[in-house]
Amino acid sequence: MQATTATKSAPSFKDRLLEALKGTFGTYFLVVVAFLIVQGFIATGSMSSALQGQLVPICVYVCAAVSLNLVVGISGELSLGHAGFMSVGAFTGCIMASMLAPIIPNDFLRLLISILTGGCFGAVAGFVVGVPVMRLSGDYLAIVTLAFGEIIKNILNNLYVGSDASGLHVSMSSVQDLGMTNGTVIINGPQGAVGISKLSTFVMGFLLIMFTLFVVSNLVRSRSGRAIMAVRDNRIAAESVGINVTKYRLMAFVVSAALAGMAGTLYAMNFSSVVASRFDYNTSILILVYVVLGGIGNIRGSIISATILTILPEFLRFMADYRMLIYAVVLICVMVLPNVPVVQRFMEAFKAKVPWLIDKDALEEPDLAEEGGNRG
Amino acid sequence: MAKNSQDNKKLSFRAAQGSYKAQAARSRGDKVESTAPAPATAKQHTRMVPLPSDGIVPERDVFSTPVLECRHLGIDFGGLHAVEDFNLIVGKTEIAGLIGPNGAGKTTVFNLLTKVYQPTRGTILLDGQDTAGMGVAKVNQMGIARTFQNIRLFSSLTVEENVTIGLHNSVKCGMWSGIFRLPRYWLSEKEFHDRSLELLDVFGMADLAHVQAGNLPYGAQRRLEIVRALATGPKLLLLDEPAAGMNPSETAELMENIRKIRDEFKIAVLLIEHDMNLVMGICEGIAVLNFGRIIAKGTPQEIQGNPQVIEAYLGTSAKEA
Repeated sequence: MQATTATKSAPSFKDRLLEALKGTFGTYFLVVVAFLIVQGFIATGSMSSALQGQLVPICVYVCAAVSLNLVVGISGELSLGHAGFMSVGAFTGCIMASMLAPIIPNDFLRLLISILTGGCFGAVAGFVVGVPVMRLSGDYLAIVTLAFGEIIKNILNNLYVGSDASGLHVSMSSVQDLGMTNGTVIINGPQGAVGISKLSTFVMGFLLIMFTLFVVSNLVRSRSGRAIMAVRDNRIAAESVGINVTKYRLMAFVVSAALAGMAGTLYAMNFSSVVASRFDYNTSILILVYVVLGGIGNIRGSIISATILTILPEFLRFMADYRMLIYAVVLICVMVLPNVPVVQRFMEAFKAKVPWLIDKDALEEPDLAEEGGNRG
Repeated sequence: MAKNSQDNKKLSFRAAQGSYKAQAARSRGDKVESTAPAPATAKQHTRMVPLPSDGIVPERDVFSTPVLECRHLGIDFGGLHAVEDFNLIVGKTEIAGLIGPNGAGKTTVFNLLTKVYQPTRGTILLDGQDTAGMGVAKVNQMGIARTFQNIRLFSSLTVEENVTIGLHNSVKCGMWSGIFRLPRYWLSEKEFHDRSLELLDVFGMADLAHVQAGNLPYGAQRRLEIVRALATGPKLLLLDEPAAGMNPSETAELMENIRKIRDEFKIAVLLIEHDMNLVMGICEGIAVLNFGRIIAKGTPQEIQGNPQVIEAYLGTSAKEA
């Protein structure tokens, strides 16, 4: 046993820096650097307006992917209704923003409060959905979350909200039913949220990404996060050491829904109108694709894949007819290539040539496993 | 609820063998409480006689509430009586053994005690408290920790994290403190770290703290599972075949560790094991299970000479156990 000591004797500053860059700090660093580079491009005017229009959606998808990763990667549940929580956040955020319009003139502050509202309502929706859903696991959970996503979409499709001097009016049948004399309609059924003031900015998107990262990575490295991962790794064992399994699964689900709600608000405020069917099953799957391609449980991977896969169709626009085809081919390649032996060997050789890429833990572990084999 | 548990305490007391003196002391103690409303009519010393009980506990534990008491415990799977009329008393600091041929229902008993299965019949008293209606997590918080026959570690987490998860209920830190890194978080993390290393140190595993649990050698994984169970602060530790797959020297080390657990943590251990050297070497009381029923209880010597046990293990024409 003494032979397997994993001591690291006084690492140099460079080692420690590299170590830190591999961890959460590195992820923050990556996002900040990316933000500064993009700001630089915008300032020098060397970014196309089409791409600039994609900046906020990229931020939204990054947030959505990171928050979904909390459920899929950290908690280990397959949720297919993530877009539903985004839509709850989007619609409640829009209502909040238009209610605040006469009170708070500052756009940034108004957006911030709207996003927080969207997050709160996302959390509420997550809790309401989560309580029945957390009785299930595996495929059943996936199917039921998918259904809840559709239910939320259909409810919002039939929701009419308006405001006038006497306050908010809500109806599930028609605009006339709101009973307003001269108020404004905020949510107009199938036409979705209308007349949104476009408040979303790239800076806010960046801040929201940082916040999402902060929440997810801090949660993961805390008592609650360890409990969530314990439940994922071995539910029976987690229960046997006194962990309330339902509580921690629900916690991951609700936090994820809250963050999705925030992302949803940011998304809606980027357009002048947004319909509920934008947040349908396809959007949920799209976010799941980001998570899976970025690596389940890998937060940095989610950020990178969400960014690349959102820009890719934009970059391929010049190929018009073929761009979705290429998009699909890229997706397939990302999934298949890491499992092809030739590519694996190439990557091994590549890693051997670039020593600082090598994961030190991965090198130590085989020794232990080997010893285990001898002993067992 | 409070009254109920008091009744249970009395019940378990009566059942402890040779508890005549204990009973007298107890009934006097009770009287002190009950004299308050009507002191004038208090009775003189009542002579109590012990109830017959088939339970056995080490002599040193006679005067304390047994940590575990099962009465007529049973579970049916459909028409099969997997465990029936299971009566067992484990003393406060006893190392008890549960043995029996394959399929006798030993692990089922563990699953009943930890409420993985809800018993069809019978009562489980843990340190005098009835555990009826509780779930797995609640029973653990009450004081039963277990290991598994097929190791169940949190294999993607490190050794230290595994132990920290065992400490989950003894060190508190809420979700908000965790997310926003409030002072509570730093305090709790330090406590988690110190206490888990302390526990790992007892079993000489402190230097493995940062190794991923799934990559540990087999023997170390078994040890880690025990450490994790101990981290929950149990009164009773259930070990399901702790020596499975171990070589003789590892088994000897394990026996030493089990004794150490009893002496340092002052808790009881109930273990299922097929390795008779281990069972006969460290167990003080042994219960033998066959076809879901206890066929013999006693000290290792008694069990070794019991013809029913020999028959259960080796059939009727056996020469030795």
